[in-house]
Amino acid sequence: MPASASRDRLTTPVAATAAGGPALGLPRWLWLPALVGAVFVLLPLVAMVTRVDWTRFPSLLTSQASLDALTLSLKTALAAVVLCVLFGVPMAVVLARTQFRGQSIVRSLVLLPLVLPPVVSGMALLYTFGRRGLLGHTLDVLGLSVSFTTTAVVMAQTFVALPFLVISLEGALRTAGRRYDVVAATLGARPTTVFRRVTLPLVLPGLLSGAVLAFARCLGEFGATITFAGSLQGTTRTMPIQIYLSNASSDPDAAVALAIVLVVVAVLVIGFARQGRSAV
Amino acid sequence: MKNPLKKSVVAVVAAAALLPLTAACGSSDDSSGSGGGSKTLTVFAAASLTDTFTKLGKEFDAKHPGVHTKFSFGGSSDLVSEIQSGAPADVFASADTTNMDKLTSDGTATDPKNFASNVLEIATPPDNPAKISSFADLGKAGTKVVVCAPEVPCGSAAQQMEKKTGVKIKPVSEEQSVTDVLGKVESGEADAGLVYVTDVKAAGDQVKGVPFPQSSEVVNTYPIAPIADSKQSALAKQFIDFVLSADGQKVLRNAGFRKP
Amino acid sequence: MTALHVRCLVRERDVDLELDVAAGETVAVLGPNGAGKSTLLAVLAGLLRPDRVDGASVVLGGRPLDGVPPHARGVALLAQEALLFPHLSALENVAFAPRARGVRRRPARETARRHLAAVGVADLARRRPAQLSGGQAQRVAIARALAAEPELLLLDEPMAALDVDVTPALRQTLRTVLADRTALIVTHDVLDALVLADRVVVIERGRIVEQGPTQQVLTAPRSAFAARLAGLDLVPGSWDGEALRTPTGLTIAGLTDPPADGDLRTGDAAAALFRPSAVSVFLEPPGGSPRNHVRVVVTDLEPLGDRIRVRAREDHPDGVRLAADVTPAAVTELALTPGVPVTFAVKATEVRIYPTTTTEAADSGTIKRPVPHETPARDR
Repeated sequence: MPASASRDRLTTPVAATAAGGPALGLPRWLWLPALVGAVFVLLPLVAMVTRVDWTRFPSLLTSQASLDALTLSLKTALAAVVLCVLFGVPMAVVLARTQFRGQSIVRSLVLLPLVLPPVVSGMALLYTFGRRGLLGHTLDVLGLSVSFTTTAVVMAQTFVALPFLVISLEGALRTAGRRYDVVAATLGARPTTVFRRVTLPLVLPGLLSGAVLAFARCLGEFGATITFAGSLQGTTRTMPIQIYLSNASSDPDAAVALAIVLVVVAVLVIGFARQGRSAV
Repeated sequence: MKNPLKKSVVAVVAAAALLPLTAACGSSDDSSGSGGGSKTLTVFAAASLTDTFTKLGKEFDAKHPGVHTKFSFGGSSDLVSEIQSGAPADVFASADTTNMDKLTSDGTATDPKNFASNVLEIATPPDNPAKISSFADLGKAGTKVVVCAPEVPCGSAAQQMEKKTGVKIKPVSEEQSVTDVLGKVESGEADAGLVYVTDVKAAGDQVKGVPFPQSSEVVNTYPIAPIADSKQSALAKQFIDFVLSADGQKVLRNAGFRKP
Repeated sequence: MTALHVRCLVRERDVDLELDVAAGETVAVLGPNGAGKSTLLAVLAGLLRPDRVDGASVVLGGRPLDGVPPHARGVALLAQEALLFPHLSALENVAFAPRARGVRRRPARETARRHLAAVGVADLARRRPAQLSGGQAQRVAIARALAAEPELLLLDEPMAALDVDVTPALRQTLRTVLADRTALIVTHDVLDALVLADRVVVIERGRIVEQGPTQQVLTAPRSAFAARLAGLDLVPGSWDGEALRTPTGLTIAGLTDPPADGDLRTGDAAAALFRPSAVSVFLEPPGGSPRNHVRVVVTDLEPLGDRIRVRAREDHPDGVRLAADVTPAAVTELALTPGVPVTFAVKATEVRIYPTTTTEAADSGTIKRPVPHETPARDR
């Protein structure tokens, strides 16, 4: 029996059994706000589901506009998450494992998209990559104009979702600590080997949950996309924009139908990710 | 240690529970006017009416002491959705009859009256980089044209214009409102946008207007109507009368609107 | 087998010491907490950069290690916690170092299996670290460190976190493992030093205050810390079937530890160990139960806080040196001064007799067998 386990027995609470076995009591009053919060979140979902016109549901979903919006959302969100991982992992590692002057300021700035209103994020992107933006002329000359393209959609999503991944992963890295990395180094592993075989595998759960958060954020992204990329069916009109358009053009049935699809996709993704995590 | 925590949690929960009540009180105050003789009139108007109606609102308030006119500007179809979802509007001014019909068909709005009309004009950035000079130029390959979405009045007008002229526009974006289209043109992102004559006038130096002869073939008629269950029906009627009056029409004319 | 030279200067931590370790030698590093032992290990492992000195700070096997990153030094570290990689099996943990060197997976695993077998846990190859007990994990950690084929092995209180009943077996394993290796072991446990180390170095306040052969430092410590920690009476000799018999004919009866019972054969080299505070001083040989008494002559008196350590030598040219702790009052009463003949007596129950493996070991007093109970000197 692991020695540590025997020491922990006293402090590790036994799970409450179905037979009402001993459990570490939760303060009773906690249940009320917890339930209120849960109802607050779930009731609107229920309201939406009851509003759906189920007879029209299939046709609403399979309309060209809906399919275009769905595939576009999934494609761009996936691409954006990949970018978030490619850039976010190094960012998180540098923030968590190094020490340099002004680091806290850099961290605050990197996490800025979290607090910026999405439309403001879109404007900022426009001022940078738009035709008249900081890099606009350069991009034009290189033939890499991004205005009104699907690329712009991916950029907008990456911009707003990156902080989610960085925060999640940085937290996980800090918790994991450097001890294992140190041991690996003394065993002869070069820094790249340590990163590949020790650092990353140990924070995989944190990385996964960060990626899931980022994906969900990408799926729901609206303000930055519509400001920076515009709205055109099949190119830049993602699900949220299509929902908004349907709602605005007084076809709320279509809006609700698409919204339900979005919710289902989100639940599937989150459920899938949690499944993977418990297996680790 | 536990008691202060408990107290603060109870306080938070109580506050959260009371919040919806205060909000309800607040909104009813707005439409009915809280005690003391000050009245608020809420007008939902199409985005293209922003400048003119703001001016009209100020004049109306000056003529009627104690009255405060509040505006909500946006795409006509957005406004229709909001009103149908219960937004507290007293008056609705739409940029086309199609959207007004959505409200009159079920009695939400009654007795609409046409008060102005508007035609389309092409707007380009001041330097007109794509050298647009006619409606046909909008169909040129490689031109970045931004229009309103077909569900929005200026968007349906654009579609009708395309049919009439036979020019097929491939827009790079279909925006929710005329304001958004103008924004993309002003920022230089788009080479050209289809907006109203009034928008070009209001934008002044920010854009260059390119009128085209076919514009008078598609006219958007602007109706205005009171909302049936408004709490300020008398005031609403007065406002509508004002808009239709000579003074009101003068303001509209100056902005570029045409006769209804 | 490589030799080590270290000049460790870290002004920020007030550490300034110089140390040489011969090839294949195991040196025990003793010292109070905060003395600088961890600093020394960190500098050796390349985890802490020392201040500049003339010449290199660390030279291992003739190669200066200044500025060399931890992964290229050939220095492996074994800590209190096994720190096995939680996401890898025991086998994969041990195979980590070979694979980091570029060995392919299968040969690396073969090597790993061999090392696991050498520390006695070959059957745990597939287990995850979470499924191992503390002692098992430490064994795997030892195997993992050895698989790195280090030129220098550093052990930082490797058994401090383990249950007391697991420690002796592990110590025995370490003894085998450290036999031909250059190693430094930081420890608070006197038995670790006795069993594993050839030399002892005592560090206090960042400076070396004492160093020398293990038996010498532990039985005749000069530094206050070593004295508090050790200061044992150690009598080498051989087992005569009932008691320890020294070359001078002195017999000391004591308790042998199972399983030492079965391992102690007549004629085997052995040593008796007891605390000076268990020794009574008489002017005349006493009657009564104490079976062990020896006629000695006082050589010096040393005040140690609230007690006086009376050092004496057996009245014989090759006589054994012993120490007894008594109160200052007793010293006055008995008028103890150097040169006074007295009798030292110690109860047999206070004496532990351990087998030592070679006569050479018997001479040096280095005990080569594990002691499965609390060391007598640990009365803190």
